[in-house]
Amino acid sequence: MGETILMKGNEAVAEAAIRGGCRFFFGYPITPQSEVPEYMSRRLHEVGGVFLQAESEVAAINMVYGASGAGARVMTSSSSPGISLKMEGISYIAAAELPCVIVNMVRGGPGLGTIQPAQSDYFQATKGGGHGDYHLIVFAPQSVQEMVDMTIEAFDVADKYRNPVMILADGLIGQMMEPVVFPDGEDRPNTEKPWATVGMGDRAERNIVTSMDLNAEAMEEINWRIQEKYDKITKEMLRYETLDTEDADLILVAYGSSARIALNAMSKARENGYKVGLVRPQTVWPFPYEVIKDLANQAKAFLTVEMSMGQLIEDVKLAAGETPVYHFGRCGGVIHSPAEVYEKIEEILNGGGAAK
Amino acid sequence: MTVVFDRPKSLRDVRTHYCPGCLHGVAHRLVAEVIDELGIREIGIGVSPVGCSVLAYNYINTDWQQAAHGRAPAVATGIKRVHPDKFVYTYQGDGDLASIGTAEIVHAAMRNEKISVIFINNGIYGMTGGQMAPTTQIGQKTTTSPFGRSAEHIGYPIRMTEMLAQLEGDNYLARGTLHNAAGIARAKRYIKKAFQYQLDNRGFSMVELISNCPTNWGMHPKESIEYIKEHQLKYYQLGEFKGGEEASK
Repeated sequence: MGETILMKGNEAVAEAAIRGGCRFFFGYPITPQSEVPEYMSRRLHEVGGVFLQAESEVAAINMVYGASGAGARVMTSSSSPGISLKMEGISYIAAAELPCVIVNMVRGGPGLGTIQPAQSDYFQATKGGGHGDYHLIVFAPQSVQEMVDMTIEAFDVADKYRNPVMILADGLIGQMMEPVVFPDGEDRPNTEKPWATVGMGDRAERNIVTSMDLNAEAMEEINWRIQEKYDKITKEMLRYETLDTEDADLILVAYGSSARIALNAMSKARENGYKVGLVRPQTVWPFPYEVIKDLANQAKAFLTVEMSMGQLIEDVKLAAGETPVYHFGRCGGVIHSPAEVYEKIEEILNGGGAAK
Repeated sequence: MTVVFDRPKSLRDVRTHYCPGCLHGVAHRLVAEVIDELGIREIGIGVSPVGCSVLAYNYINTDWQQAAHGRAPAVATGIKRVHPDKFVYTYQGDGDLASIGTAEIVHAAMRNEKISVIFINNGIYGMTGGQMAPTTQIGQKTTTSPFGRSAEHIGYPIRMTEMLAQLEGDNYLARGTLHNAAGIARAKRYIKKAFQYQLDNRGFSMVELISNCPTNWGMHPKESIEYIKEHQLKYYQLGEFKGGEEASK
């Protein structure tokens, strides 16, 4: 392993992409992720790749479509309003089964919202977001180091499943500096892509990258085929952590930045004798429904801690059955403090508050 | 027996979905002939639009990507940046290029992206059933301008080739017509020059082709040819606007 260095999240995710074999980046400035394209414009030049600042988020994601269809490892990054603009292209990419990595440094919404961190794009990231039946594989890192590791892996995962992968972080992870270690070596084996459009050469059959079939039955078949892939991904790609859940009366569920704040509150609760545990999804699609379902037999309640009005809670409720699920969230760019999460824990365990 | 006329090698031997009298077939044939003559079928990667020519990939025998509505120049940019040694071309209609895709075409041209664009201007949305396009003539009736296009209501038809000709850089911009034999021969010369521009690594190239839509214009194909002469060609000037000999005169 390499040496430990101090690095800002947005720059670290960009460097991780390069370590993951990414040589093409198409993006557009938006706070709080603009250091990603800035870093890429310097570094891709050094490693013989291509950085291109597109005229819009819409153009950027369609450049990603073209480059991915032509066989490249390619990435784009943005923040909430920009990701909304990319949604049309993301749907096409998912339908055409093209591998790529999309980074979302989520900020407060809706609308133009704020430039401060939020987790209110959870529905958009995990339920499709654009039109049609599709899924992204969504990693939810809680630290700069985890974001680096997940981003490097994301390019392999995208190629393996021929599916877009999203790194769902937020303005907090993007803007903060933490120590990180990058694995040694820059070159990763490039996956064989016999389906890519590279010119026919002496190939007898044409390669065609498309998301369309005007025949309804044929289009349904394509949907079935993609669905089978999603079933496989659900089995193979699920990642989560559990902490102190064995004896817990109350189980916190949180991902990304919120998980760190939840952990802080949980530690104080344990010190004060409350039996509190934590489930931290590291992938939010696929989602650890079974884990929560099993814990629902033992726990008295769940509490989702998220920087939104309540999105993650819907997935937790799907798995929790009769066990009550509480929600604590700040939103619009406001980050909850460990103290207020602790107060909520105390309130629930003392019989207060209303489950959603 | 001597063969004097045959299907270009790059044009696939399949029936097209185009309406009787539509000039897409002529445009496809010209593109295929030029690809044959330049010997670039093996390195060709096409990008098809959304609109009537969405299925262009069924007819011209190269690798293809199918793009979202208006985004073909962005998709082509992605391909070309990965494979600068390949021949990358888009085939787009006027709804695609001159309406929803204006940002993508303007900026691909501004970057002087080394791609070639075939732009079919028939002044109407064909695939969706004959709605008004930005290129529709003043007074022309469509399913969304039932009283005829009014300049007061929605402005004048857009001249994309002239607009792009304002941009700096070594690019090639021409407008041809498909309505008669002389026009078709000249259009083919433009296409060949445009493709050669990319092969010579010079810059962006686009050929706008004035075309028809008998079905949605509500005309016999012969009448549609007359309409091109009387209306389209009076508004859309033919010729090379940048990069060609005609332009430098």
